[in-house]
Amino acid sequence: MSANLIPILLESTLQTLYMVAMSTLLGTLIGAPLGIFLATSRKGELLSAPWLNKMLGLIVNAARSTPFIILVVAIIPLTRLIAGTSIGTTAAIVPLTIAAAPFIARLIETAIREVDAGLIEAARAMGATPWQIVRKVLIPEAKPGIILGLTLAVVSLIGYSAMVGAVGGEGLGDLGIRYGYQRFMPEVMLAVVIILIVLVQLVQSLGEWIAARFDKRAPRNRGR
Amino acid sequence: MAEPAISFQGVTRRYPQKRGAADVVALQDISLDVPQGAITGIIGRSGAGKSTLLRMVNGLERPSEGKVIVNGHDVGAASDAALRGIRREVGMIFQHFNLLASRTVAENIALPLEIAGVDPLKISGRVQELITRVGLTAQANRYPAELSGGQKQRVGIARALATGPRVLLSDEATSALDPDTTRQVLDLLKDINRDLGLTILLITHEMAVVRDICSHVAVIEAGQIVEAGETYSVFSRPTHATTRSFLQGVTGVAVPQFVAGQLRDEPESLQSEAVVQITFTGQHATDPMLARLTSERGVSVNILAGAIEEIGDKPFGSLIVGLPMGRLDESRRFLEQHGLLTEVLGYVG
Repeated sequence: MSANLIPILLESTLQTLYMVAMSTLLGTLIGAPLGIFLATSRKGELLSAPWLNKMLGLIVNAARSTPFIILVVAIIPLTRLIAGTSIGTTAAIVPLTIAAAPFIARLIETAIREVDAGLIEAARAMGATPWQIVRKVLIPEAKPGIILGLTLAVVSLIGYSAMVGAVGGEGLGDLGIRYGYQRFMPEVMLAVVIILIVLVQLVQSLGEWIAARFDKRAPRNRGR
Repeated sequence: MAEPAISFQGVTRRYPQKRGAADVVALQDISLDVPQGAITGIIGRSGAGKSTLLRMVNGLERPSEGKVIVNGHDVGAASDAALRGIRREVGMIFQHFNLLASRTVAENIALPLEIAGVDPLKISGRVQELITRVGLTAQANRYPAELSGGQKQRVGIARALATGPRVLLSDEATSALDPDTTRQVLDLLKDINRDLGLTILLITHEMAVVRDICSHVAVIEAGQIVEAGETYSVFSRPTHATTRSFLQGVTGVAVPQFVAGQLRDEPESLQSEAVVQITFTGQHATDPMLARLTSERGVSVNILAGAIEEIGDKPFGSLIVGLPMGRLDESRRFLEQHGLLTEVLGYVG
Protein backbone atom coordinates (compact mmCIF):
# COMPACT_ATOMS: atom_id res chain seq x y z
CA MET A 1 0.00 0.00 0.00
CA SER A 2 1.53 3.26 -1.04
CA ALA A 3 2.13 5.92 1.54
CA ASN A 4 -0.18 8.41 -0.14
CA LEU A 5 -3.13 6.24 0.82
CA ILE A 6 -2.55 6.88 4.53
CA PRO A 7 -3.99 10.44 4.47
CA ILE A 8 -7.00 9.16 2.53
CA LEU A 9 -7.61 6.42 5.09
CA LEU A 10 -7.26 8.92 7.90
CA GLU A 11 -9.64 11.37 6.24
CA SER A 12 -12.19 8.64 5.59
CA THR A 13 -11.99 7.49 9.20
CA LEU A 14 -12.67 11.02 10.38
CA GLN A 15 -15.60 11.31 7.97
CA THR A 16 -17.06 8.07 9.31
CA LEU A 17 -16.61 9.25 12.88
CA TYR A 18 -18.26 12.56 12.00
CA MET A 19 -21.28 10.92 10.37
CA VAL A 20 -21.69 8.38 13.16
CA ALA A 21 -21.27 10.94 15.93
CA MET A 22 -23.70 13.43 14.42
CA SER A 23 -26.35 10.85 13.59
CA THR A 24 -26.02 9.24 17.05
CA LEU A 25 -26.43 12.64 18.67
CA LEU A 26 -29.37 13.71 16.52
CA GLY A 27 -30.89 10.22 16.57
CA THR A 28 -30.73 10.22 20.38
CA LEU A 29 -32.31 13.66 20.58
CA ILE A 30 -35.28 12.34 18.61
CA GLY A 31 -35.18 8.70 19.75
CA ALA A 32 -34.81 9.21 23.50
CA PRO A 33 -38.05 11.15 24.09
CA LEU A 34 -39.79 8.81 21.66
CA GLY A 35 -38.48 5.74 23.48
CA ILE A 36 -39.44 7.12 26.87
CA PHE A 37 -42.92 7.88 25.59
CA LEU A 38 -43.30 4.43 24.02
CA ALA A 39 -42.22 2.83 27.29
CA THR A 40 -44.74 4.71 29.42
CA SER A 41 -47.82 5.33 27.31
CA ARG A 42 -49.52 1.98 26.87
CA LYS A 43 -52.95 1.64 28.40
CA GLY A 44 -52.88 2.13 32.16
CA GLU A 45 -49.25 3.24 32.23
CA LEU A 46 -47.84 6.51 33.54
CA LEU A 47 -48.57 8.66 30.50
CA SER A 48 -51.38 6.45 29.27
CA ALA A 49 -52.12 7.38 25.64
CA PRO A 50 -52.77 4.06 23.93
CA TRP A 51 -53.73 5.47 20.52
CA LEU A 52 -50.75 7.75 20.18
CA ASN A 53 -48.57 4.90 21.44
CA LYS A 54 -49.91 2.60 18.72
CA MET A 55 -49.50 5.26 16.01
CA LEU A 56 -45.91 6.04 16.97
CA GLY A 57 -45.19 2.34 17.31
CA LEU A 58 -46.38 1.81 13.73
CA ILE A 59 -44.23 4.64 12.41
CA VAL A 60 -41.20 3.32 14.27
CA ASN A 61 -41.77 -0.16 12.89
CA ALA A 62 -42.23 1.16 9.36
CA ALA A 63 -39.00 3.14 9.55
CA ARG A 64 -37.15 0.17 10.97
CA SER A 65 -38.40 -2.28 8.37
CA THR A 66 -37.25 -0.16 5.42
CA PRO A 67 -33.86 -1.41 4.22
CA PHE A 68 -31.33 1.33 4.87
CA ILE A 69 -30.10 1.62 1.30
CA ILE A 70 -33.69 2.16 0.12
CA LEU A 71 -34.31 4.70 2.89
CA VAL A 72 -31.24 6.64 1.77
CA VAL A 73 -32.54 6.97 -1.80
CA ALA A 74 -36.22 7.36 -0.91
CA ILE A 75 -35.71 10.41 1.26
CA ILE A 76 -33.42 12.33 -1.06
CA PRO A 77 -35.96 15.22 -1.39
CA LEU A 78 -36.14 15.49 2.40
CA THR A 79 -32.36 15.38 2.64
CA ARG A 80 -32.11 18.21 0.12
CA LEU A 81 -34.66 20.19 2.11
CA ILE A 82 -32.79 19.79 5.40
CA ALA A 83 -29.13 19.75 4.34
CA GLY A 84 -29.46 21.98 1.26
CA THR A 85 -27.92 19.23 -0.86
CA SER A 86 -28.50 15.53 -1.30
CA ILE A 87 -24.85 14.73 -1.92
CA GLY A 88 -21.94 14.52 0.46
CA THR A 89 -20.97 13.51 3.95
CA THR A 90 -23.12 16.08 5.76
CA ALA A 91 -26.14 15.19 3.64
CA ALA A 92 -25.64 11.55 4.59
CA ILE A 93 -26.29 12.46 8.20
CA VAL A 94 -29.99 12.93 7.38
CA PRO A 95 -30.79 9.32 6.39
CA LEU A 96 -28.45 8.00 9.11
CA THR A 97 -30.35 10.03 11.71
CA ILE A 98 -33.70 8.88 10.38
CA ALA A 99 -32.53 5.27 10.61
CA ALA A 100 -30.99 5.79 14.04
CA ALA A 101 -33.90 7.54 15.76
CA PRO A 102 -36.48 4.71 15.71
CA PHE A 103 -33.78 2.15 16.50
CA ILE A 104 -32.60 4.16 19.50
CA ALA A 105 -36.24 4.70 20.52
CA ARG A 106 -36.84 0.94 20.69
CA LEU A 107 -33.59 0.32 22.56
CA ILE A 108 -34.44 2.96 25.14
CA GLU A 109 -38.00 1.70 25.41
CA THR A 110 -36.68 -1.79 26.14
CA ALA A 111 -34.21 -0.51 28.75
CA ILE A 112 -36.94 1.45 30.53
CA ARG A 113 -39.36 -1.46 30.49
CA GLU A 114 -36.72 -3.46 32.37
CA VAL A 115 -37.12 -1.17 35.40
CA ASP A 116 -38.98 -2.99 38.19
CA ALA A 117 -42.64 -1.92 38.31
CA GLY A 118 -42.32 -1.86 42.11
CA LEU A 119 -40.11 1.22 41.83
CA ILE A 120 -42.78 3.04 39.85
CA GLU A 121 -45.31 2.08 42.48
CA ALA A 122 -43.04 3.30 45.27
CA ALA A 123 -42.55 6.63 43.51
CA ARG A 124 -46.28 7.00 42.90
CA ALA A 125 -46.85 6.29 46.59
CA MET A 126 -44.48 9.18 47.37
CA GLY A 127 -46.69 11.52 45.39
CA ALA A 128 -44.40 11.80 42.36
CA THR A 129 -45.76 13.24 39.11
CA PRO A 130 -45.33 11.13 35.97
CA TRP A 131 -42.54 13.44 34.81
CA GLN A 132 -40.74 13.11 38.18
CA ILE A 133 -41.01 9.33 37.88
CA VAL A 134 -39.46 9.45 34.41
CA ARG A 135 -36.68 11.80 35.46
CA LYS A 136 -35.84 10.52 38.94
CA VAL A 137 -36.65 6.83 38.70
CA LEU A 138 -36.93 5.43 35.17
CA ILE A 139 -33.99 7.14 33.47
CA PRO A 140 -31.46 6.73 36.32
CA GLU A 141 -32.48 3.10 36.89
CA ALA A 142 -32.40 2.30 33.16
CA LYS A 143 -29.11 4.09 32.61
CA PRO A 144 -26.84 1.03 32.25
CA GLY A 145 -29.30 -0.51 29.78
CA ILE A 146 -29.65 2.76 27.86
CA ILE A 147 -25.87 3.06 27.54
CA LEU A 148 -25.56 -0.50 26.26
CA GLY A 149 -28.38 0.25 23.82
CA LEU A 150 -26.64 3.37 22.55
CA THR A 151 -23.45 1.35 22.15
CA LEU A 152 -25.34 -1.07 19.96
CA ALA A 153 -26.78 1.86 17.99
CA VAL A 154 -23.31 3.33 17.37
CA VAL A 155 -22.00 -0.02 16.18
CA SER A 156 -24.95 -0.37 13.80
CA LEU A 157 -24.47 3.18 12.53
CA ILE A 158 -20.83 2.45 11.73
CA GLY A 159 -22.14 -0.32 9.53
CA TYR A 160 -24.87 1.85 7.96
CA SER A 161 -22.41 4.65 7.26
CA ALA A 162 -20.65 2.35 4.79
CA MET A 163 -23.71 2.48 2.56
CA VAL A 164 -24.05 6.22 2.18
CA GLY A 165 -21.44 6.26 -0.55
CA ALA A 166 -24.46 5.62 -2.76
CA VAL A 167 -25.47 9.26 -2.32
CA GLY A 168 -21.99 10.69 -2.28
CA GLY A 169 -21.43 10.31 1.44
CA GLU A 170 -17.79 9.57 2.01
CA GLY A 171 -16.14 7.68 4.83
CA LEU A 172 -14.56 4.26 5.23
CA GLY A 173 -17.22 2.23 3.49
CA ASP A 174 -17.17 4.45 0.46
CA LEU A 175 -13.37 4.27 0.37
CA GLY A 176 -13.49 0.50 0.52
CA ILE A 177 -15.93 0.32 -2.39
CA ARG A 178 -14.23 2.90 -4.62
CA TYR A 179 -10.60 1.96 -4.03
CA GLY A 180 -10.74 -1.57 -2.77
CA TYR A 181 -13.45 -2.93 -5.07
CA GLN A 182 -13.71 -0.67 -8.12
CA ARG A 183 -9.95 0.00 -8.44
CA PHE A 184 -8.88 -3.52 -7.47
CA MET A 185 -6.85 -2.43 -4.43
CA PRO A 186 -7.49 -5.27 -1.95
CA GLU A 187 -4.97 -3.79 0.51
CA VAL A 188 -7.28 -0.74 0.87
CA MET A 189 -10.24 -2.98 1.44
CA LEU A 190 -8.27 -4.86 4.10
CA ALA A 191 -7.19 -1.63 5.77
CA VAL A 192 -10.78 -0.37 5.82
CA VAL A 193 -12.04 -3.59 7.34
CA ILE A 194 -9.32 -3.57 10.00
CA ILE A 195 -10.07 0.03 10.94
CA LEU A 196 -13.79 -0.76 11.18
CA ILE A 197 -13.09 -3.78 13.38
CA VAL A 198 -10.91 -1.70 15.67
CA LEU A 199 -13.52 1.08 15.82
CA VAL A 200 -16.32 -1.29 16.71
CA GLN A 201 -14.17 -2.97 19.36
CA LEU A 202 -13.32 0.38 20.91
CA VAL A 203 -16.93 1.56 20.91
CA GLN A 204 -18.17 -1.71 22.40
CA SER A 205 -15.55 -1.77 25.16
CA LEU A 206 -16.08 1.86 26.01
CA GLY A 207 -19.87 1.40 26.14
CA GLU A 208 -19.57 -1.62 28.40
CA TRP A 209 -17.14 0.15 30.66
CA ILE A 210 -19.40 3.18 31.07
CA ALA A 211 -22.48 1.00 31.61
CA ALA A 212 -20.66 -0.95 34.33
CA ARG A 213 -19.72 2.30 36.05
CA PHE A 214 -23.38 3.21 36.33
CA ASP A 215 -24.59 -0.25 37.23
CA LYS A 216 -24.97 -0.53 41.00
CA ARG A 217 -27.29 -3.51 40.88
CA ALA A 218 -24.84 -6.21 41.85
CA PRO A 219 -21.94 -5.74 44.24
CA ARG A 220 -18.84 -6.41 42.22
CA ASN A 221 -15.13 -6.06 42.69
CA ARG A 222 -15.06 -2.56 41.40
CA GLY A 223 -12.85 0.24 42.60
CA ARG A 224 -14.43 2.75 44.88
CA MET B 1 -63.53 7.91 70.47
CA ALA B 2 -61.22 10.05 68.37
CA GLU B 3 -61.71 10.34 64.64
CA PRO B 4 -60.24 7.24 62.95
CA ALA B 5 -57.07 7.81 60.92
CA ILE B 6 -58.41 5.72 58.08
CA SER B 7 -62.01 4.84 57.47
CA PHE B 8 -63.21 2.38 54.84
CA GLN B 9 -66.92 2.92 54.22
CA GLY B 10 -68.70 0.27 52.22
CA VAL B 11 -65.73 -0.21 49.90
CA THR B 12 -66.17 -2.54 46.95
CA ARG B 13 -63.57 -3.08 44.24
CA ARG B 14 -64.49 -4.81 41.02
CA TYR B 15 -62.22 -5.53 38.09
CA PRO B 16 -64.21 -5.53 34.85
CA GLN B 17 -63.31 -8.44 32.56
CA LYS B 18 -63.35 -8.53 28.80
CA ARG B 19 -66.42 -9.50 26.81
CA GLY B 20 -69.25 -10.65 28.95
CA ALA B 21 -67.19 -12.41 31.63
CA ALA B 22 -68.40 -11.57 35.13
CA ASP B 23 -66.44 -8.89 37.00
CA VAL B 24 -63.85 -10.10 39.44
CA VAL B 25 -64.78 -8.79 42.87
CA ALA B 26 -61.59 -8.19 44.87
CA LEU B 27 -63.26 -6.46 47.80
CA GLN B 28 -66.88 -6.72 48.87
CA ASP B 29 -68.51 -3.98 50.93
CA ILE B 30 -65.65 -3.43 53.37
CA SER B 31 -66.26 -1.15 56.34
CA LEU B 32 -63.41 -0.73 58.78
CA ASP B 33 -62.06 2.05 60.98
CA VAL B 34 -58.33 2.20 61.62
CA PRO B 35 -57.74 3.98 64.92
CA GLN B 36 -55.42 6.98 65.17
CA GLY B 37 -51.94 6.24 66.51
CA ALA B 38 -52.40 2.47 66.69
CA ILE B 39 -50.83 -0.41 64.80
CA THR B 40 -53.54 -2.25 62.92
CA GLY B 41 -52.95 -5.47 61.06
CA ILE B 42 -54.98 -6.85 58.18
CA ILE B 43 -54.34 -10.54 57.90
CA GLY B 44 -55.40 -12.80 55.09
CA ARG B 45 -54.19 -15.40 52.67
CA SER B 46 -52.78 -14.39 49.33
CA GLY B 47 -55.57 -13.35 47.01
CA ALA B 48 -57.87 -12.42 49.89
CA GLY B 49 -57.79 -8.77 48.84
CA LYS B 50 -55.60 -7.31 51.57
CA SER B 51 -53.18 -5.77 49.13
CA THR B 52 -55.96 -4.06 47.18
CA LEU B 53 -57.39 -2.76 50.43
CA LEU B 54 -54.04 -1.31 51.53
CA ARG B 55 -53.48 0.37 48.17
CA MET B 56 -56.81 2.19 48.50
CA VAL B 57 -55.39 4.20 51.38
CA ASN B 58 -52.92 6.08 49.16
CA GLY B 59 -55.03 5.91 46.04
CA LEU B 60 -52.89 3.38 44.14
CA GLU B 61 -56.26 1.64 43.79
CA ARG B 62 -59.61 3.37 43.71
CA PRO B 63 -62.84 1.93 45.06
CA SER B 64 -65.60 0.98 42.62
CA GLU B 65 -68.09 1.83 45.33
CA GLY B 66 -67.83 3.34 48.80
CA LYS B 67 -65.40 5.78 50.33
CA VAL B 68 -61.92 5.68 51.79
CA ILE B 69 -61.30 8.57 54.18
CA VAL B 70 -57.68 9.19 55.21
CA ASN B 71 -56.78 12.04 57.57
CA GLY B 72 -60.13 13.58 56.63
CA HIS B 73 -59.55 13.37 52.85
CA ASP B 74 -61.80 11.36 50.57
CA VAL B 75 -59.03 9.51 48.70
CA GLY B 76 -61.25 7.78 46.17
CA ALA B 77 -62.67 11.10 44.95
CA ALA B 78 -59.42 13.12 45.06
CA SER B 79 -58.02 14.68 41.88
CA ASP B 80 -54.57 13.59 40.73
CA ALA B 81 -53.00 16.73 42.18
CA ALA B 82 -54.85 16.39 45.49
CA LEU B 83 -53.88 12.73 45.60
CA ARG B 84 -50.18 13.60 45.32
CA GLY B 85 -50.59 15.86 48.36
CA ILE B 86 -52.34 13.11 50.32
CA ARG B 87 -49.63 10.62 49.38
CA ARG B 88 -47.00 12.79 51.04
CA GLU B 89 -48.90 12.33 54.30
CA VAL B 90 -48.93 8.55 53.85
CA GLY B 91 -45.64 6.61 53.84
CA MET B 92 -45.41 3.11 52.42
CA ILE B 93 -43.01 0.20 52.77
CA PHE B 94 -42.91 -2.89 50.59
CA GLN B 95 -42.16 -6.60 50.75
CA HIS B 96 -39.40 -6.28 48.16
CA PHE B 97 -38.24 -2.89 49.50
CA ASN B 98 -38.46 -1.17 46.09
CA LEU B 99 -35.27 0.81 46.57
CA LEU B 100 -33.56 2.48 43.63
CA ALA B 101 -30.48 0.43 42.78
CA SER B 102 -28.82 3.49 41.27
CA ARG B 103 -29.02 5.54 44.47
CA THR B 104 -27.13 5.18 47.74
CA VAL B 105 -28.93 4.72 51.05
CA ALA B 106 -28.86 8.47 51.68
CA GLU B 107 -29.99 9.28 48.15
CA ASN B 108 -32.86 6.80 48.38
CA ILE B 109 -34.07 8.42 51.58
CA ALA B 110 -33.78 11.84 49.93
CA LEU B 111 -36.00 10.84 47.00
CA PRO B 112 -39.42 11.60 48.54
CA LEU B 113 -38.05 14.94 49.75
CA GLU B 114 -36.84 15.80 46.24
CA ILE B 115 -40.22 14.79 44.89
CA ALA B 116 -41.99 16.98 47.43
CA GLY B 117 -39.84 19.90 46.32
CA VAL B 118 -38.03 20.34 49.64
CA ASP B 119 -35.18 22.87 49.59
CA PRO B 120 -32.03 20.86 48.68
CA LEU B 121 -30.14 22.55 51.52
CA LYS B 122 -32.58 21.14 54.05
CA ILE B 123 -32.62 17.64 52.58
CA SER B 124 -29.25 16.42 53.82
CA GLY B 125 -29.97 17.34 57.43
CA ARG B 126 -33.30 15.56 57.35
CA VAL B 127 -31.75 12.51 55.67
CA GLN B 128 -29.03 12.36 58.32
CA GLU B 129 -31.66 12.43 61.04
CA LEU B 130 -33.59 9.56 59.42
CA ILE B 131 -30.46 7.47 58.86
CA THR B 132 -29.64 7.79 62.54
CA ARG B 133 -33.22 6.97 63.48
CA VAL B 134 -33.08 3.61 61.63
CA GLY B 135 -29.50 2.86 62.68
CA LEU B 136 -27.76 2.91 59.29
CA THR B 137 -25.17 5.62 59.88
CA ALA B 138 -22.35 3.39 58.68
CA GLN B 139 -24.16 2.45 55.47
CA ALA B 140 -25.23 5.94 54.36
CA ASN B 141 -23.13 5.88 51.19
CA ARG B 142 -23.64 2.23 50.27
CA TYR B 143 -25.84 1.01 47.45
CA PRO B 144 -28.85 -1.25 48.15
CA ALA B 145 -27.13 -4.23 46.47
CA GLU B 146 -24.53 -4.08 49.24
CA LEU B 147 -27.08 -4.32 52.08
CA SER B 148 -28.81 -7.21 53.85
CA GLY B 149 -32.58 -7.60 53.62
CA GLY B 150 -33.10 -6.12 57.06
CA GLN B 151 -30.94 -3.11 56.23
CA LYS B 152 -32.85 -2.59 52.99
CA GLN B 153 -36.13 -2.55 54.85
CA ARG B 154 -34.68 0.00 57.28
CA VAL B 155 -33.89 2.20 54.31
CA GLY B 156 -37.46 1.63 53.14
CA ILE B 157 -38.77 2.72 56.53
CA ALA B 158 -36.55 5.81 56.66
CA ARG B 159 -37.65 6.72 53.15
CA ALA B 160 -41.32 6.26 54.07
CA LEU B 161 -40.88 8.56 57.08
CA ALA B 162 -38.98 11.27 55.19
CA THR B 163 -41.88 13.58 54.47
CA GLY B 164 -43.22 13.27 58.03
CA PRO B 165 -46.34 11.26 57.22
CA ARG B 166 -49.14 10.63 59.71
CA VAL B 167 -49.89 7.18 58.38
CA LEU B 168 -47.50 4.38 57.44
CA LEU B 169 -48.64 1.55 55.20
CA SER B 170 -46.74 -1.71 55.30
CA ASP B 171 -47.20 -4.20 52.49
CA GLU B 172 -45.89 -7.53 53.81
CA ALA B 173 -42.78 -5.67 54.93
CA THR B 174 -41.28 -8.62 56.78
CA SER B 175 -42.38 -11.47 54.53
CA ALA B 176 -39.06 -11.61 52.69
CA LEU B 177 -36.99 -11.53 55.90
CA ASP B 178 -35.70 -14.23 58.23
CA PRO B 179 -37.21 -14.50 61.75
CA ASP B 180 -34.44 -12.56 63.53
CA THR B 181 -34.53 -9.72 61.04
CA THR B 182 -38.33 -9.74 61.10
CA ARG B 183 -38.14 -9.26 64.85
CA GLN B 184 -35.81 -6.26 64.49
CA VAL B 185 -37.91 -4.61 61.80
CA LEU B 186 -41.09 -5.12 63.84
CA ASP B 187 -39.38 -3.60 66.88
CA LEU B 188 -38.39 -0.61 64.78
CA LEU B 189 -41.99 -0.17 63.60
CA LYS B 190 -43.18 -0.40 67.19
CA ASP B 191 -40.67 2.25 68.29
CA ILE B 192 -41.70 4.57 65.48
CA ASN B 193 -45.35 4.11 66.32
CA ARG B 194 -44.67 4.97 69.94
CA ASP B 195 -42.22 7.84 69.40
CA LEU B 196 -43.97 9.59 66.54
CA GLY B 197 -47.56 8.64 67.30
CA LEU B 198 -47.72 7.36 63.74
CA THR B 199 -50.73 5.31 62.67
CA ILE B 200 -49.51 2.07 61.08
CA LEU B 201 -51.67 -0.12 58.86
CA LEU B 202 -49.98 -3.32 57.81
CA ILE B 203 -50.98 -6.32 55.80
CA THR B 204 -49.51 -9.73 56.44
CA HIS B 205 -50.19 -13.42 56.15
CA GLU B 206 -48.29 -14.15 59.37
CA MET B 207 -50.27 -14.16 62.59
CA ALA B 208 -47.00 -13.79 64.52
CA VAL B 209 -46.63 -10.27 63.10
CA VAL B 210 -50.10 -9.37 64.35
CA ARG B 211 -49.41 -10.95 67.74
CA ASP B 212 -46.12 -9.11 68.14
CA ILE B 213 -47.03 -5.55 67.23
CA CYS B 214 -50.67 -5.01 66.32
CA SER B 215 -53.12 -3.64 68.85
CA HIS B 216 -55.96 -4.07 66.36
CA VAL B 217 -56.57 -6.68 63.73
CA ALA B 218 -58.94 -7.37 60.86
CA VAL B 219 -59.14 -10.78 59.25
CA ILE B 220 -59.94 -10.74 55.55
CA GLU B 221 -61.13 -13.69 53.52
CA ALA B 222 -62.29 -13.69 49.89
CA GLY B 223 -62.65 -9.92 49.79
CA GLN B 224 -64.61 -9.60 53.01
CA ILE B 225 -63.67 -8.79 56.55
CA VAL B 226 -64.74 -11.74 58.64
CA GLU B 227 -63.53 -10.53 61.98
CA ALA B 228 -62.12 -7.29 63.36
CA GLY B 229 -61.35 -5.68 66.69
CA GLU B 230 -58.65 -5.41 69.30
CA THR B 231 -56.06 -8.10 68.72
CA TYR B 232 -56.46 -9.34 72.24
CA SER B 233 -60.16 -9.99 72.04
CA VAL B 234 -59.97 -11.46 68.56
CA PHE B 235 -57.19 -13.80 69.68
CA SER B 236 -58.96 -14.88 72.82
CA ARG B 237 -62.39 -15.34 71.22
CA PRO B 238 -61.88 -16.12 67.56
CA THR B 239 -65.29 -16.67 65.99
CA HIS B 240 -64.39 -17.37 62.37
CA ALA B 241 -62.73 -20.49 61.00
CA THR B 242 -60.14 -18.40 59.09
CA THR B 243 -59.09 -16.64 62.27
CA ARG B 244 -58.77 -19.94 64.06
CA SER B 245 -56.62 -21.40 61.35
CA PHE B 246 -54.33 -18.37 61.45
CA LEU B 247 -54.16 -18.63 65.22
CA GLN B 248 -52.99 -22.22 65.21
CA GLY B 249 -49.34 -22.21 65.98
CA VAL B 250 -49.09 -18.64 67.22
CA THR B 251 -51.09 -18.76 70.41
CA GLY B 252 -48.94 -21.03 72.42
CA VAL B 253 -49.94 -24.55 72.18
CA ALA B 254 -50.92 -27.54 70.21
CA VAL B 255 -52.06 -30.92 71.49
CA PRO B 256 -48.92 -33.05 71.98
CA GLN B 257 -48.41 -35.81 69.42
CA PHE B 258 -48.86 -38.73 71.79
CA VAL B 259 -52.28 -37.39 72.79
CA ALA B 260 -53.35 -36.22 69.36
CA GLY B 261 -52.94 -39.74 68.01
CA GLN B 262 -55.48 -41.14 70.45
CA LEU B 263 -57.94 -38.27 70.38
CA ARG B 264 -61.58 -39.26 69.70
CA ASP B 265 -64.67 -37.21 69.12
CA GLU B 266 -66.76 -39.13 71.70
CA PRO B 267 -65.79 -40.46 75.15
CA GLU B 268 -65.64 -44.25 75.41
CA SER B 269 -66.70 -44.39 79.05
CA LEU B 270 -66.83 -42.40 82.25
CA GLN B 271 -63.22 -43.42 82.79
CA SER B 272 -62.19 -41.45 79.72
CA GLU B 273 -60.36 -38.19 80.03
CA ALA B 274 -61.53 -35.03 78.26
CA VAL B 275 -58.84 -32.95 76.57
CA VAL B 276 -59.74 -29.34 77.15
CA GLN B 277 -58.12 -26.14 75.91
CA ILE B 278 -58.29 -23.39 78.50
CA THR B 279 -57.63 -19.82 77.43
CA PHE B 280 -56.61 -17.32 80.07
CA THR B 281 -57.00 -13.67 79.33
CA GLY B 282 -56.23 -10.41 81.09
CA GLN B 283 -55.69 -10.60 84.81
CA HIS B 284 -56.95 -14.19 84.85
CA ALA B 285 -53.82 -15.26 83.06
CA THR B 286 -51.96 -14.94 86.31
CA ASP B 287 -54.59 -16.39 88.66
CA PRO B 288 -53.83 -19.91 89.89
CA MET B 289 -57.21 -21.21 88.73
CA LEU B 290 -56.14 -24.79 88.14
CA ALA B 291 -54.67 -25.01 91.63
CA ARG B 292 -57.97 -23.78 93.00
CA LEU B 293 -59.91 -26.29 90.91
CA THR B 294 -57.90 -29.02 92.53
CA SER B 295 -57.88 -27.68 96.09
CA GLU B 296 -61.46 -26.42 96.26
CA ARG B 297 -63.22 -29.05 94.14
CA GLY B 298 -60.83 -31.96 94.42
CA VAL B 299 -60.59 -32.38 90.63
CA SER B 300 -57.24 -33.74 89.47
CA VAL B 301 -55.97 -31.84 86.47
CA ASN B 302 -53.52 -33.37 84.03
CA ILE B 303 -51.55 -30.64 82.25
CA LEU B 304 -50.61 -31.68 78.72
CA ALA B 305 -49.29 -28.47 77.16
CA GLY B 306 -49.32 -24.79 77.84
CA ALA B 307 -47.83 -21.38 77.35
CA ILE B 308 -48.30 -17.84 78.51
CA GLU B 309 -47.29 -14.97 76.29
CA GLU B 310 -48.05 -11.35 75.68
CA ILE B 311 -50.39 -10.10 73.02
CA GLY B 312 -50.94 -6.39 72.73
CA ASP B 313 -48.98 -5.98 75.97
CA LYS B 314 -51.46 -8.12 77.89
CA PRO B 315 -50.76 -11.60 79.22
CA PHE B 316 -52.43 -14.34 77.24
CA GLY B 317 -52.29 -17.94 78.34
CA SER B 318 -53.34 -21.12 76.73
CA LEU B 319 -53.30 -24.54 78.40
CA ILE B 320 -54.27 -27.97 77.24
CA VAL B 321 -55.30 -30.20 80.12
CA GLY B 322 -56.88 -33.57 80.71
CA LEU B 323 -59.95 -33.57 82.99
CA PRO B 324 -61.77 -36.68 84.25
CA MET B 325 -65.01 -37.24 82.30
CA GLY B 326 -67.11 -37.45 85.44
CA ARG B 327 -66.10 -33.99 86.59
CA LEU B 328 -65.96 -32.30 83.19
CA ASP B 329 -69.13 -30.19 83.26
CA GLU B 330 -68.58 -29.08 86.84
CA SER B 331 -64.94 -28.14 86.12
CA ARG B 332 -65.80 -26.18 83.00
CA ARG B 333 -68.51 -24.28 84.90
CA PHE B 334 -66.04 -23.43 87.65
CA LEU B 335 -63.43 -22.14 85.17
CA GLU B 336 -65.94 -20.19 83.08
CA GLN B 337 -67.30 -18.52 86.22
CA HIS B 338 -63.81 -17.24 86.86
CA GLY B 339 -63.47 -15.73 83.42
CA LEU B 340 -61.57 -18.47 81.63
CA LEU B 341 -62.55 -19.85 78.26
CA THR B 342 -62.75 -23.59 77.79
CA GLU B 343 -63.13 -25.71 74.73
CA VAL B 344 -63.27 -29.51 74.55
CA LEU B 345 -60.88 -30.72 71.87
CA GLY B 346 -61.69 -34.44 72.22
CA TYR B 347 -61.42 -37.44 74.48
CA VAL B 348 -58.85 -40.09 75.24
CA GLY B 349 -59.05 -43.51 76.85
